[in-house]
Amino acid sequence: MPQITLIEAVTQALAHEMKNDPSVVVLGEDVGVNGGVFRATVGLQEKFGAERVIDTPLDELTIAGLTVGLAAQGMKPVAEAQFEGFIYPMMEHIACHAARLRTRTRGRMSCPAVFRAPWGGGIRAPEHHSEANEHLFTNIPGLRVVLPSSPGRAYGLLLAAIRDPDPVIFLEPKRIYRQYKEEVTDDGEALPLDVCFVLRDGSDVTLVTWGAQVKETLEAADALAGEGISAEVIDVATLKPLDFDTIHESVRKTGRCVIVHEAPRTAGFGAEIAARLAEHAMYDLVAPVERVTGYDTHIPLYRLEMKYLPSVERIVAAVKRTLAAS
Amino acid sequence: MSIAATFEIEFLQYLDADGKLVRDDLPAIARDIRQLVDLYKQMLFVRVFDGKAVALQRTGKLGTYASCLGHEAAHVAIGSAMQEDDVFAPMYREYGAQFHRGVKPREVLLYWGGDERGSNFSGPAHDFAWCVPIATQCLHAAGSALAFKVRKEPRVAVTVVGDGGSSKGDFYGAINVAGAMQLPLVAVIVNNQWAISVPRTMQTGAKTLAQKGIAAGLECLQVDGNDLVAMRAAMDHAIKRARHGHGGMVIEAVTYRLSDHTTADDARRYRPDDEVKAAWQREPLKRMKAYLMSLNAWTEKEDEDWKAECAAKVDIEVNAYLETKSQPTAAMFDYTWAELPSDLAAQREAVLREDTRHA
Repeated sequence: MPQITLIEAVTQALAHEMKNDPSVVVLGEDVGVNGGVFRATVGLQEKFGAERVIDTPLDELTIAGLTVGLAAQGMKPVAEAQFEGFIYPMMEHIACHAARLRTRTRGRMSCPAVFRAPWGGGIRAPEHHSEANEHLFTNIPGLRVVLPSSPGRAYGLLLAAIRDPDPVIFLEPKRIYRQYKEEVTDDGEALPLDVCFVLRDGSDVTLVTWGAQVKETLEAADALAGEGISAEVIDVATLKPLDFDTIHESVRKTGRCVIVHEAPRTAGFGAEIAARLAEHAMYDLVAPVERVTGYDTHIPLYRLEMKYLPSVERIVAAVKRTLAAS
Repeated sequence: MSIAATFEIEFLQYLDADGKLVRDDLPAIARDIRQLVDLYKQMLFVRVFDGKAVALQRTGKLGTYASCLGHEAAHVAIGSAMQEDDVFAPMYREYGAQFHRGVKPREVLLYWGGDERGSNFSGPAHDFAWCVPIATQCLHAAGSALAFKVRKEPRVAVTVVGDGGSSKGDFYGAINVAGAMQLPLVAVIVNNQWAISVPRTMQTGAKTLAQKGIAAGLECLQVDGNDLVAMRAAMDHAIKRARHGHGGMVIEAVTYRLSDHTTADDARRYRPDDEVKAAWQREPLKRMKAYLMSLNAWTEKEDEDWKAECAAKVDIEVNAYLETKSQPTAAMFDYTWAELPSDLAAQREAVLREDTRHA
């Protein structure tokens, strides 16, 4: 059984579904001959031809608009924004059209498209290459927002995203593209798009996170275990729609919750989870909910970026505050 | 210095403002008198409908409405030149094209009357609905054209944008990719001289809007957009070459917005009456009627009779619109996703409980 990285799992899912469904096309900048700047689409053009693995002119607006047009006419386009920081020109087509097409035509048209983007910081990249902005999409009705954090979840969730009849924002944590390998069977099995993953059982505190922070959060859980503190870790890989039930169930058990994400804090998606805990889990909590997040600044250039990103130390400290509070 | 490239933009007109032929190399459509009469009748129908829609808004029976007054020749030519399985991506006032494609006047009214069901219209299910974010529809048409190319279907995508819309990146992106990928895209710039209050001269320093297609590698043509014969000839040519794999085309239809931008606008604030008065001399129906009458293909009496018939047809549509009950509250939830997520289902239930309590 082959061991593959997260980025290889993306490629494997794309190849699987392109073979499975002739209406799937891939488009973006450098996705064809070059196989993508991170190699997410490597080998696809050789396999499926330049008509289905399409190098576009260098214009994100064009990529997004073409994607809406393709999807509206029965194709299943998977568009790539080369970096999350370049997705902004696509926003109008995503928000005003992709997300809205079904409802504004009362179901006559729909937009079964996937918008992929390498997401987040921590790879010493140039300016505008490190953004975490999932919260800009979670507030848009009609979109699914997915952020896998392991090869297996990347494979299963991308398959599900392509098969979903509605538009999906599929953000790939590029810091952990090649962090580790795991066995991923190319069996075409999709994962559900509305269920959180409990990565580690625990009884003292619930750590809720997604994307590349899953790495630090699991490391923090290890460190806490060394001190006799039992942390449950939940990966909210499908942010929208949110599976709050899994989070609530865990908090009912632990009474404490620390939310970890690398996007800026104010109105980040952690705020939504904290608000739902306040609405539905107030009496289950024995300590205030903590958030460990990026600061309300732009992510700095790379000399300072690790100071910005949530660290194991910050997560451990937050957990200890919740324990001290009760 | 040597010349790297040169270009010229042709201007196409068959009928002058008085309905007189200005050239004798007539296209096929000019010889098809029955069809010309039919197209003229469609133009007149659109005008009667448009006047009624404005009146409905003025009397509080319709929301903000975008009039198409003065654009009838361009719109009817576009709609009648297309085949049913071609895709139309309009902006928001191309009713003349859409009626030809099967959209019902009552559906236009339903849309501007605040009801999404207007966009679930009777025209081809693959046609795009009205597009308010300016020029974005150009890229949806290009994406449709790309789908046809990938699937090797002999279909054409037609989009309409305004003179203002031709300043936007979406328009440039669409024609650029159409040129780069040889897509079957026909982009019609309906240049009505005004983008709300901003005149054509302030949109660009380019001498014509048609020439924007040159930079994209497309064939370009400027047409008298008030001349149905020229517009239809241009559309026939553009659609035929696109369908046969010869690539996209930009057509600039030079016309004039005789109405306000929408019923929420007051054009007297920014444009001189004289200019509007002069534009009425060039409007499309007058010249077509004169041409048909000169051929003995149409009479004043037929004109009056048809106008009365249009008014009666429009009344039926208006009544159907006015009698359409609002959608149930649940409708705002039910089409957001193919399948309602559980948290949204909970919001839906809560609203419906409120509804029941206040019923």
